[in-house]
Amino acid sequence: MVERNYMRLEFLSKSNNESFARVVVAAFASQLDPTIEELSDIKTAVSEAVTNSIIHGYEYKEGMVIIEATIEDNRIEIIVEDKGKGIEDIDKAMEPFYTSKPDLERSGMGFTVMETFMDGLEVESQVGKGTRVKMIKNFKSLSDRE
Amino acid sequence: MRFSTDTIKDHLIIKLEGELDHHTSEELRKKIDQLYFSNNLLNMVLDLRGLNFMDSSGIGLIMGRYKNCKERKGNLSIISTNPHIERILKMSGLLKIVNLYSSIDEIIKG
Repeated sequence: MVERNYMRLEFLSKSNNESFARVVVAAFASQLDPTIEELSDIKTAVSEAVTNSIIHGYEYKEGMVIIEATIEDNRIEIIVEDKGKGIEDIDKAMEPFYTSKPDLERSGMGFTVMETFMDGLEVESQVGKGTRVKMIKNFKSLSDRE
Repeated sequence: MRFSTDTIKDHLIIKLEGELDHHTSEELRKKIDQLYFSNNLLNMVLDLRGLNFMDSSGIGLIMGRYKNCKERKGNLSIISTNPHIERILKMSGLLKIVNLYSSIDEIIKG
């Protein structure tokens, strides 16, 4: 069992920060002693959420992306937030292979990856105000691992 | 992200190393397309064995190159031995249309 811990990270919506963001969250999650696979899942999910903020939220304009992460017991909660343009139709955006930007060769898989690799996903968005993605992952405790 | 390229017969072989995400895929895409079209090649091999990270931007990159190959009636093949990358490839449905190999010799015979 890990005592509660919290972090907040704020950075400019530049694509070279995608790697920075996922590495920071993974390093923070390391306190839960995750398996390589669990760590890889977190990195991928964070990368998807941050990429969405940069491409869709801010549409390559400058803005701030905020990540908050909380660990407690054997779980991590990660919030990725932007103050960008927001999502008009969340259900549609979450459909596998749907993309509003096919010309950029987006696969439309972002939310599907987040859903598959994490144990919980909630998306809140307001047009003109921004988007907030909350993801939860439960780690198998050391005693459960063989 | 680092990459190296090679041409064997009419195959363009692209060997990727490092992390393939939205940031690294944009420039890579331009370079691959330039090599493929300017050298008038038919088939393409993406060697992902050196990658230690790939997200759905990698899927977008592979799908785009697949379309280019199909337009020329060529084939796109993937080499990968990393289970995490294979998981995301499988999730995307890409493996239904693109063949996965574990070495270059399996693709280019004789």
